[in-house]
Amino acid sequence: MSVLAQAAAAATSTPDELKAQAGATGAGFAYGLAAIGPGIGIGYLVGQSVQAMARQPEAAGMVRTTMFLGIAFTEALALIGFVVFILLKFV
Amino acid sequence: MIFGLEFPPIENLVEWPTFLGKDWYGFNKISLTYVIAVLITVAFFVVAAAGRKLVPKGVQNIAESSVKFIEDGIIMETIGPDGMRYLPYLASLFFFILFSNLFEVVPGFHMPANARMGGPAFLALLTWAYFIIVGIKHQGPGKYLKNSLFPPGVPVALYILVTPIEFISTFLVRPFSLAVRLFANMLAGHILLVTFSVLCATLWVLGALVLALPFSFFMLTALTGFEIMVAFLQAYIFTILAAVYLGGAMHPEH
Repeated sequence: MSVLAQAAAAATSTPDELKAQAGATGAGFAYGLAAIGPGIGIGYLVGQSVQAMARQPEAAGMVRTTMFLGIAFTEALALIGFVVFILLKFV
Repeated sequence: MIFGLEFPPIENLVEWPTFLGKDWYGFNKISLTYVIAVLITVAFFVVAAAGRKLVPKGVQNIAESSVKFIEDGIIMETIGPDGMRYLPYLASLFFFILFSNLFEVVPGFHMPANARMGGPAFLALLTWAYFIIVGIKHQGPGKYLKNSLFPPGVPVALYILVTPIEFISTFLVRPFSLAVRLFANMLAGHILLVTFSVLCATLWVLGALVLALPFSFFMLTALTGFEIMVAFLQAYIFTILAAVYLGGAMHPEH
């Protein structure tokens, strides 16, 4: 029934509204999907760095710098997803 | 209007109305924030250097320890001792980004200047041009291109694959990701804070739902602290990546 209701609503809405609806749906999916990979990646990265620091505390400074670099590169993917979200939603 | 709080419309996220001039020479709140951030950065170092003493106190103490942090934590870790000549560029980059980020939590502004693409894009392009110039100056144009496009130690047949990837990642993706990282982080933080402020203001006028207000307000307070940390972290990450790129242009193979 809800599918029918949706179809009825879609039939009555103008092209602009349809575009806005598709944009909003796509924006949600874009950000949600873009967050999966970097989430796993940053979790793994920080976990391994903590393990490295715990095993060798004297190397903590070096590991931390490299960890931030790695986080910056991994995070870029999620942020591009966020930018796509903004573009789909507002532009 | 609730409590004299008026939230700007959501379109302001992508285009802020100007209050002086229009189009490309329009001067708006973001430009004002950038001007203030530049003035604060200049004033910070001028005040720190004005009354220099052997035993640092006050502003001089903060300036000295933060420059020491950039020397030890960023340059020594990524470039090495001969990277000290880039200290002025990296230090001014760090403080300018930090001060313009911190406007996210300054009452009356509540908008990080870097949450607009123009500023970060300019800083990223500046860094991009700078590391290319440094590479050309230290290695010569031909050798620099050869070292960055044809990394040594790769089988010759693989250069068909490696060279386009290296070209895209070094000369196209680097400035783009540098700018987008700063911009998107600050914008995401700003939206997060706005969401909880709007939630707080809405819950206040919704009768019994005011009982949920403390949770929302707690989140708002905690996230404000978190965003101050993010402002520092993003300035640090931008500076350290600029240092890594400069170091890579100076010393081709590690």
